[in-house]
Amino acid sequence: WKRKEKKVNETFYHLNYSAEQEYPDLSQHNNHMAKVLTPEMYAQLRDKETPSGFTLDDVIQTGVDNPGHPFIMTVGCVAGDEETYEVFKDLLDPVIEDRHGGYKPTDKHKTDLNAENLQGGDDLDPNYVLSSRVRTGRSIRGFCLPPHCSRGERRGIEQLSIEALDSLEGDLKGKYYALKNMTEEEQQQLIDDHFLFDKPVSPLLLASGMARDWPDARGIWHNDNKTFLVWVNEEDHLRVISMQKGGNMREVFNRFCTGLTKIEDLFKDRGHEFMWNEHLGYVLTCPSNLGTGLRAGVHVKLPHLSKHEKFGEILKRLRLQKRGTGGVDTAAVGGVFDISNADRLGFSEVELVQMVVDGVNLLVNMEKRLESGDGIDDLMPEQK
Amino acid sequence: MTDPFLRPSVLPPLTGVLAAGARTAAMTKNCHNDYKMKFTTDEEFPDLSLHNNHMAKVLTKEIYEKLRSKSTPSGFTVDDVIQTGVDNPGHPFIMTVGCVAGDEESYEVFKELLDPVISDRHGGYKPTDKHKTDLNFENLKGGDDLDPNYVLSSRVRTGRSIKGFTLPPHNSRGERRAIQNLSIEALSSLEGEFKGKYYPLDGMTDAEQEQLIADHFLFDKPVSPLLTCAGMARDWPDARGIWHNDNKTFLVWVNEEDHLRVISMQKGGNMKEVFKRFCVGLQKIEEIFKKHNHGFMWNEHLGYILTCPSNLGTGLRGGVHVKLPKLSTHAKFEEILTRLRLQKRGTGGVDTASVGGVFDISNADRLGSSEVEQVQLVVDGVKLMVEMEKKLEKGESIDGMIPAQK
Repeated sequence: WKRKEKKVNETFYHLNYSAEQEYPDLSQHNNHMAKVLTPEMYAQLRDKETPSGFTLDDVIQTGVDNPGHPFIMTVGCVAGDEETYEVFKDLLDPVIEDRHGGYKPTDKHKTDLNAENLQGGDDLDPNYVLSSRVRTGRSIRGFCLPPHCSRGERRGIEQLSIEALDSLEGDLKGKYYALKNMTEEEQQQLIDDHFLFDKPVSPLLLASGMARDWPDARGIWHNDNKTFLVWVNEEDHLRVISMQKGGNMREVFNRFCTGLTKIEDLFKDRGHEFMWNEHLGYVLTCPSNLGTGLRAGVHVKLPHLSKHEKFGEILKRLRLQKRGTGGVDTAAVGGVFDISNADRLGFSEVELVQMVVDGVNLLVNMEKRLESGDGIDDLMPEQK
Repeated sequence: MTDPFLRPSVLPPLTGVLAAGARTAAMTKNCHNDYKMKFTTDEEFPDLSLHNNHMAKVLTKEIYEKLRSKSTPSGFTVDDVIQTGVDNPGHPFIMTVGCVAGDEESYEVFKELLDPVISDRHGGYKPTDKHKTDLNFENLKGGDDLDPNYVLSSRVRTGRSIKGFTLPPHNSRGERRAIQNLSIEALSSLEGEFKGKYYPLDGMTDAEQEQLIADHFLFDKPVSPLLTCAGMARDWPDARGIWHNDNKTFLVWVNEEDHLRVISMQKGGNMKEVFKRFCVGLQKIEEIFKKHNHGFMWNEHLGYILTCPSNLGTGLRGGVHVKLPKLSTHAKFEEILTRLRLQKRGTGGVDTASVGGVFDISNADRLGSSEVEQVQLVVDGVKLMVEMEKKLEKGESIDGMIPAQK
């Protein structure tokens, strides 16, 4: 420990210590940040901050506090504002590359929210496909992100969102329920509909400061038909979800695109765009959600196929992933799986939903073959 | 071309008049705080309508408006001070403090908020009051003869903050490690009954961990949202550890809720011995830190400066585990405790229930009376309560023994 003889640095107090003294101990860690952040990189980036004052230590705090899991690679870093991805690109570009299958700093991401470009998708067999859902996130340009935003910013985001959502009509007409003053009945109904989100308990989120001031300016909006839902100020400024029972993914995606585009126009009318650029697509809090931020999935019955030895391989080739019906890290119940796209960045929305539609169609066909006792070898797909 | 994202600290320093004028504690450049000033006070003021803690009772929009543009030299702001109180509305029956200090200067820069909180929490203590420190154990009268048939164990604890470092809600890894290194140096040089060993949390063996748990010495990562929301668990378990002497009667926690928590304890009722060891050990440690130009944070108004305003002054909790099965069910038990300026807890600590009629009885005050005075209250008060217990055992009344308000 070196005693500092020179004048104490007052404006950035922590620069009084050397990069070595401040560099986190990542020896027990297994997350994307820990794999990328060298002492040299830390030394180079530690004296920077974004215009709103987000620092390298802020970016990595969640990854330092949560060493990770031997089997699950968490990201271990977050953005506090749009500029984070620029100011700390030396750290975030390699993290993005690792997380998104080799996506390079020079790559361009394509956005396609034209639902007409989707082929098929309206006829997934409802005997197998129980429900269909598409979700994404959006950040409002000009505001800091959930790890860093102040109460004033969060309230500003909520106000803007309420204004925009209130002006939706027709199939999208709905109502906003602020977390902090919903009635007991409203709360119960939202729980029954599986719409209510609660204060985060995951240390991954808490350690990054996303739960500050809870439940101030957090809320849920949904349309009267309960097929289009928006979360305000949870992990991202907005989380947008379109869903319904059955296998008509086409309709779900159509509503998703229509709703999102309408909302984006309404924000633009009020002088606020969504954060987007041609390299990273839609900019969100977690680097894992960059690009489309889109997870399109179905709950589908695959009791035979899921026990087939090639199940994992088939999913991989189809660029799909499985989860239990409780969401990430839950187990499947009764042979029902949540099957969704694995990618987020480097493919458009239409491309990702197409993969889900085509892939699930194939999986259901395989399931039917196995039910009849037939083989599926001739149905094995190529790597997409 | 200058990197537009370089922090102000690495730009050339201000010179001359500007430098002299700009470097005041209240106006230190804080980029994030400046950014938040774009929003009005109304937009930023927290919603405290459901809150019941000291901070929420004191913080008006006027005070918030006055303080929100300020920053301590290390960059701690009023939002940082109050975050834990905003995130934890409190409990209808327990008044939590709802605010923390991030450094020594917090108590000065945010005095408009913290002085009233301190006054409410510490029985009307005024901004002009002076706090007396007395760690001369010889000034304690008696205390070596609490009846061990009733008094099962005796313990004194306090906290200390090391000058020149920011506090657990705010400190960086570099600071925390420096505090740990200083502490190891200081504690390793202790001799005689104080000779001991340091166990860093991130480097102990399974066997060491088992032993520390068995001795009830091990502390773990805080789970209380009161603490986690204040940022005290960042980078856990980096630079946290436990030191104790070979005799297991003197224990120091490093970088938990405060820089140091110092504990002296032993079985039985010899509080005099416990307090003596406490004072001697503390002073030895303080001397060593002073030699490195890092004494303890202290001033004549607030006494010892600690993270939580509730621990200012002596930061001292002197207590015993004592069997009071009859007295504790007496109608006047609470009244007696109040008059003796004592408080009760279960033997698991704050908010636990007592088991088998055994209570943790300790001083209620921290600020405005000295260490000797507070331990004297415990010694005299516990002696009286044990006598009352004995009377009640014999079926006699204790009406003639009810004390006056101390």
